[in-house]
Amino acid sequence: MSGSAALGSLGRGLVLPVGLLLTWEVASHSGLVNRQFLPPLEHVGATAWRELASGELLEALAASLRRDLLGFVFGSGAGVLIGLLLGLSTIADRVVMTWFNGLKQIALLAWIPLISLWFGFDEMAKIVFIGLAAAIPVILNLVEGIHATSRKLVEVGDVFRFNRVQFILFVYLPAAMPSLLTGLHLALIYAWLATIGAEYFMAAGPGIGGLIIAGRERFEMDLVMLGILVVGSVGFLVDRGASWLEQRLIPWRAASAQV
Amino acid sequence: MAGFRRISGRVIVAVLRQLTKLGWLLILPAITLPIWIVGTDRGWLPEQILPCPGDVLHTLRDMIASGELAQHAGYSLRRVALGFAIGAAAGLVVGSAMGLSRRVDDYVRPLFTAIAQVPALAWIPLAMLLLGIGEGLKIVVIAKAAFVPVVMNTSAGIANVPRAFVEVGETFRFTPLQMLRHVVLPGAIPPIFTGLRYGLTHAWIALVSVELLASSEGLGYLLVWGRQMFWLDTVLVAMIVIGVIGFLSDRVLAVVETRLQRWRIDGVR
Repeated sequence: MSGSAALGSLGRGLVLPVGLLLTWEVASHSGLVNRQFLPPLEHVGATAWRELASGELLEALAASLRRDLLGFVFGSGAGVLIGLLLGLSTIADRVVMTWFNGLKQIALLAWIPLISLWFGFDEMAKIVFIGLAAAIPVILNLVEGIHATSRKLVEVGDVFRFNRVQFILFVYLPAAMPSLLTGLHLALIYAWLATIGAEYFMAAGPGIGGLIIAGRERFEMDLVMLGILVVGSVGFLVDRGASWLEQRLIPWRAASAQV
Repeated sequence: MAGFRRISGRVIVAVLRQLTKLGWLLILPAITLPIWIVGTDRGWLPEQILPCPGDVLHTLRDMIASGELAQHAGYSLRRVALGFAIGAAAGLVVGSAMGLSRRVDDYVRPLFTAIAQVPALAWIPLAMLLLGIGEGLKIVVIAKAAFVPVVMNTSAGIANVPRAFVEVGETFRFTPLQMLRHVVLPGAIPPIFTGLRYGLTHAWIALVSVELLASSEGLGYLLVWGRQMFWLDTVLVAMIVIGVIGFLSDRVLAVVETRLQRWRIDGVR
């Protein structure tokens, strides 16, 4: 019963996408719309195959993912250090936090002109920008997690006469772990977005963003569509992968959330 | 008399607390500003890397006085207002339909998820090919950015109205319309508002992206232009204005949201 209901809802879900694709195909073949605007599906498929076979697509994807990962690692590493400092030191928190909150209101992409003035258009500038995108959510969530550490846990640490390092390792970090993982998850999503943004505006070297921009400049709609498909798929996989890891790493939260 | 003293004592404590907060806040600029001023003055940093704070202030004052800043900000604000209004209105309609009817949700959800999965930034080049680089492009991109969070929060908010509330309505033999007006909508307003707030934030970010990529006026264009001319003071002024407007709009909506949230908690009690 529930199986057929699930099948029914799956079938309903397919109606709109399939209908849309069919309309697209018919419109494109009948000449109702300009093929330049809406190339037939098989053209997009052929472009995808061509780009895959020539290795161009994979090269671009590899370059983007490399950047994404480097920026994420540097950005979230710096984010953890800054977050620890702001979370553990009342003085640092009072002096810096309000300014940090103001700074984060600046839409991320608005940093690109400044960063490109400072670092140029090369790999370095892109990774700095991606790192910035990744650092912000890590800092915010880690500080929040540390501040929310239960008073009782801190008292246990006092009883054991923990020193500063032991406090960080055995009390604050484990207590803040769920928030930290949320921050890292967001950082992964923002880093991928920032990768595309960086490649749009600092169009040097291969990358998926550069592929899309080139497709737009040469009016190759099929290339643009292919690029968008890749961007969406990578974003989806990164998000799902991070959720999966989060559940594996902190199963106790999933359990408590169900109550 | 004693009561007055107690109240005035409390006022003094509150004022002192605000003053200490302000004091802490001023420490960072008190350290960085002198370094910045001396550094640019002595020429440790070339002007193209970091102009002195005086220059930035001067540019800001000039651009306010000439009305240039207001003009660019006006363009941006108008675009966001129009795009957000269209996107949020469409989002409320689609989200409500999805929240109210399981069937509509079944039909629309997969397509919506696929569209939502691709960030506004990635849609821009496609939209540029289809719509050109005119006003229509900006409105569509901003509307899409606002649409997605509004749909998600509205549909979830309506679908998650507590079962108990609906049962009360059933006991009263409410008609579907009464149910909507007296049970579903009041219960779903706080999450819907959260969706609107996210929608506005996303709309503002999308505006900056689309103006950076394709525009000849607006705050995003100011950034690109300052970058091309190597006028760092203009770039910094544009960034500050973008930050301030983003901050203010978020603050206002956050205050309204807490009001709504409080009202909900009182309602449950």
